[in-house]
Amino acid sequence: MSDVTSKDKKNSWFYSDIVKEHFFHPKNFMLEDADEKQFNAIGKVGSPACGDELRVWMKVEPTTERIQEFKWRTFGCGSAIASTSMASVMVSENGGMTLEEARGLKPQDIMERLGGLPQRKFHCSVLCDKALRDAINDFYRRTDQFDKMRVEAFRIIDPIAKVTDHDIEEAVLDGAHTLELVQQKTKVGIGNPSCLPAVEELIRFYKEKYFG
Amino acid sequence: MKRQVYLDHAATTQLDPRVLEVMLPYLSEKFGNPSSFHSLGKEVKDAMDEARSRLATMLSVRPDEILFTSGGTESDNLAILGYARANQKQGKHLITSAIEHHAVLESMIHLEKKEGFEVTYLTPDRDGMITVEQVMEALREDTILVSIMYANNEIGTIQSVAEIGNALSHYRKEKERAWPVFHTDACQATGFLDLNIEKLHVDMLTLNGSKMYGPKGIGLLYMKRGIKLQPLQFGGSQERAIRPGTEDVAGILGMAKALELVQAVRKEETARLTVLRDKLIDGIRLRIPKIRLNGHATQRLPNNVNISFMDMEGEALILYLDAANIYASTGSACTSASLDPSHVILALGMPYEVAHGSIRFTLGHSTTSEDIDYVLETLPPLVQKLRALSPVRVDEKYFT
Repeated sequence: MSDVTSKDKKNSWFYSDIVKEHFFHPKNFMLEDADEKQFNAIGKVGSPACGDELRVWMKVEPTTERIQEFKWRTFGCGSAIASTSMASVMVSENGGMTLEEARGLKPQDIMERLGGLPQRKFHCSVLCDKALRDAINDFYRRTDQFDKMRVEAFRIIDPIAKVTDHDIEEAVLDGAHTLELVQQKTKVGIGNPSCLPAVEELIRFYKEKYFG
Repeated sequence: MKRQVYLDHAATTQLDPRVLEVMLPYLSEKFGNPSSFHSLGKEVKDAMDEARSRLATMLSVRPDEILFTSGGTESDNLAILGYARANQKQGKHLITSAIEHHAVLESMIHLEKKEGFEVTYLTPDRDGMITVEQVMEALREDTILVSIMYANNEIGTIQSVAEIGNALSHYRKEKERAWPVFHTDACQATGFLDLNIEKLHVDMLTLNGSKMYGPKGIGLLYMKRGIKLQPLQFGGSQERAIRPGTEDVAGILGMAKALELVQAVRKEETARLTVLRDKLIDGIRLRIPKIRLNGHATQRLPNNVNISFMDMEGEALILYLDAANIYASTGSACTSASLDPSHVILALGMPYEVAHGSIRFTLGHSTTSEDIDYVLETLPPLVQKLRALSPVRVDEKYFT
């Protein structure tokens, strides 16, 4: 686990103390016997097949649209548990974020509060970011505010290899930070070099977005 | 101090102090190079040759059939890559199983992808067993090498190596030729299973010092007389120029001593650990619902317990156990840094979520009955806690 070092390089454990605290004492997880009806927005992302699945339940105050409660369950590793626990605290603390504020929450913000995560675990904090946005859309759907929903549509970048912007995003998140590495993962542009400038631009964009 | 329970003996074992004692002089005053033409070198060479002879006797082979390497990975790589490359004129088909160690699998994949070989990967049954019939049915006119591990590093399943070897040697006689040859990775078998190579009918066999309370960074490859291997490295004439480079004399002496020590207590230790292994398996079954024992119930190493805890992810449990000073692993140590689920559990026909929930406990010399009690007491609330956090409910067909 050579990539797993804490920020101060002194901590011999694989994760920071804050990560440990949230991992061993997770905050706001959805209790076994909780009543789903208490919540007015639900989000879901991932599947156990990829090694993690995350579900979130939110109670949003209808007039102020602030998040009063944020509960979750995850099938995931230590990092997934810790980052979801931290995200649940961040969106509901100090009276709660508004949905628009919550939508602006970035994986880096969660990482920052956790005191860092190993790079190969970065994916985990992206998951809760996505589940949160799924739940935000769900709230707007349930309250008929369809204009406020943001659906993330995929755009085909390479019609030959059928590679989308989403595939490139995932590759960058997986640690492929150069065109060559992204090509190894996705085969983008190998039979269709004309799309390469667009690919390079996307790699720069996602690198900036997640690691910038 | 809180009890510390090391249950990761399949990853590595603690150096036996008696082994260290044998090694120490060769890390200090007896520093000569065994290839040197003077007394200091000669003394070291004699000691090394003597260790080689002792290892040969223990394995029922001849000293010139033993090649020292840097460990299990190198021995596996040399056996697969070295044999395939040196003998490709006879054919370019290889047979192995889908549950081999990555040192074998990745070598096979490399030959397939980059060097024009064809590889058949045999799928085990749900218990992780490969049959003799499966191997024989996969044989082709151009098959030159079969590699099936003696005992699996993740699920501890013991393969019928002697029967496979016997069937292959009959096949060769019938065909009146020297191939296909048979390699087995016996790293996990050391200390538990019979290593008499004559009885195993293998042509190449991999052993690793660090799995037998010996040092890390040392291994051996048994290669039957007459077998040709293309070297992976070049330089001097050490190890008959098949594996050039100054020998790790202390490591070699340590490995010889280590094998002697584990062989001497093999029967008692096997009996002792079988009882503890079954105590752990039965205890978990009794205390924790929704689990699956991965691997065969009886054709299983006496030190291996591999269990999938449904509805939760294994790595999180490893970290909770670590906090309770219990050291176990998910799958093999070599893959625990990767996020992919175990290829072995997947090959048993299990879905990803079951593979992700698998935990391996491997027992050893230090394991006591009290250790097992401590694990059985510690484990249930941790599993319960992680299951409460999880949204997944695995289909019951995978654990009943």
